[in-house]
Amino acid sequence: MSNLVILPVIIPVITGLLLVILRKYIRLQRFLSIFSIVGLIVVSLYLVNEIKTKGIQTLQLGGWEAPFGVSMVLDMFSALLLLITSIVALCCVLYAFHSIGREREFFYFYPLFLFLIAGVNGSFITGDIFNLFVCFEVMLVSSYVLISIGGTKRQLKASIKYILVNILSSFLFLIAIAYLYAIYGTLNFAHLSVRVAETGQVGLMTTVAILFLIVFSLKAGLFLFFWLPSSYSAPPTAISAIFASLLTKVGIYAIVRIFTLVFYHQPETTHLLIGILAAVTMLLGAIGAVAYGDVRRILAYNVIVGVGFLLAGVASFTTQGLTGTLYYFIHDMIGKALIFLLGGTIIHLTGISKLKEMSGLIRLHPTLGWMFFIAALALSGIPPLSGFLGKIFITEGTFHASYYWLGGIGLLTSLFVLYSLMKIFMNVFWGYTEITIEEEKGTTKGLLLPMGILTALTILLGLGAEGIHEYVDLAVDVLMNPSLYVEAVLGIDPKA
Amino acid sequence: METLMSIFVGVLVAIGTYLILTKNLLRIILGTSIIGHAVNILIITMGGLKKGGPPLLWTKDLTYADSLPQALILTAIVINFATTALFLVLSYRSYQVLGVDDTEKLRGIDDE
Repeated sequence: MSNLVILPVIIPVITGLLLVILRKYIRLQRFLSIFSIVGLIVVSLYLVNEIKTKGIQTLQLGGWEAPFGVSMVLDMFSALLLLITSIVALCCVLYAFHSIGREREFFYFYPLFLFLIAGVNGSFITGDIFNLFVCFEVMLVSSYVLISIGGTKRQLKASIKYILVNILSSFLFLIAIAYLYAIYGTLNFAHLSVRVAETGQVGLMTTVAILFLIVFSLKAGLFLFFWLPSSYSAPPTAISAIFASLLTKVGIYAIVRIFTLVFYHQPETTHLLIGILAAVTMLLGAIGAVAYGDVRRILAYNVIVGVGFLLAGVASFTTQGLTGTLYYFIHDMIGKALIFLLGGTIIHLTGISKLKEMSGLIRLHPTLGWMFFIAALALSGIPPLSGFLGKIFITEGTFHASYYWLGGIGLLTSLFVLYSLMKIFMNVFWGYTEITIEEEKGTTKGLLLPMGILTALTILLGLGAEGIHEYVDLAVDVLMNPSLYVEAVLGIDPKA
Repeated sequence: METLMSIFVGVLVAIGTYLILTKNLLRIILGTSIIGHAVNILIITMGGLKKGGPPLLWTKDLTYADSLPQALILTAIVINFATTALFLVLSYRSYQVLGVDDTEKLRGIDDE
């Protein structure tokens, strides 16, 4: 029991509210948003350490006991995600300082950004399914405004699609919650887990589980990703980077949580379905990434491949698979933010996004070029970098569960990812340098720092994978033994 | 009673789905609104429609209606209200800027 658990939500909400009042003072807004995000990093580091020594941290809001009030639960999985979220948020906000433009800053960019972070953090730590819905909405409403802020034609077109799809998926979420409530009469994750285990997961519950899978697939871009490419290529770079890094990951987090904690009794139906969806997602995403000649589109399809790969580990439902999912989760949040920032910088410099129209940028911007090279290798899983270990574990997990086709497709799509990113690298950075530095549309002033931090992190994560192994193990332990989670929340041992 | 309500919810969802699949942007928003109503009614129905007093402690009834679904839809209603308002304003703005309210024609408009 610790009040600190709620801080990752409280800090951004309060700072965001304050920034709404301080609208005119942009310097102060920048300072305060950096200040609060650094605060978030410190708090999450402390919480990670706390969980390592004392186990799962829970907070019963208002002092009501577990199934009756809203409980906030922080296990190692959530805590690691909180930490990475705040690091990525720091880099994106640093990038936004020099790229987002005065007008957007003036119209509540920073408050909206912080509310988005609050929604994401809330989704990671909540222990109640309706509260998860509310946190999703906090995140989504901020993302609706962030995607349309500035009001260019491209953004307006994309935001109509994005909002419609997300409103519908929110309704489906509510429908699923209504069914769940009718069957079990409870909304608390831990309590639901106990009830499902007691009654056995028969026909109707599997149906509800699949309805949840559809809802979260819509959010995560698992198979139902038709809305994703245009929405993620429309907004300014700092915003699309935070979208690519966080929004789909919240959907994936929800799938992992639900299908390891509540609906884990029929893996031959539900987890196989996740596996099939993941395989199709990877294939379609890879085809999209290879097909387009536009930087924005290629990167958006790479997000989809990443989603498929992450869920392949969940589908295997083995210790190795989930360990891989966790490693890859951390890597993918950092890697996707990095590659979106790099791609955005290329577009910012050249003013175009078509691959055929640019070449030879390496002479003018060697640092940018080599960072892109490292990011591309990391995302496709080349050994010393961060993507490798996750891919190894996920592939091992799928082979253990005898889903050889799933592991095979995962490895095949890694090749496609490498090809699509190298296509950008070779077209943009190699070749004859056609423009001089004076002819460029923008500068990299101030933009290199956040990308440098993220690049350093991918390298560190790859080299120092051993260092975080202990933490990942703790997280996987809770995912594989839901009774630990239930015991921490309800204070009872469900097996006794 | 629950059966009747379920059929009613089904009809509302069918109407909403039909409206969302049309081309006109305003009809699409109306469709989402109707589905929103259907979802709220569904939550109330799924909580059970037994006879009982309103969930107020000073009415000395022996049984009360389940108060949790009521709290849930109250939350869902305000969220739905906010997103619908945002969606309406956004479609107004996009009508001003893009000049069409037909989703089929939206595709043909240049980005810049």
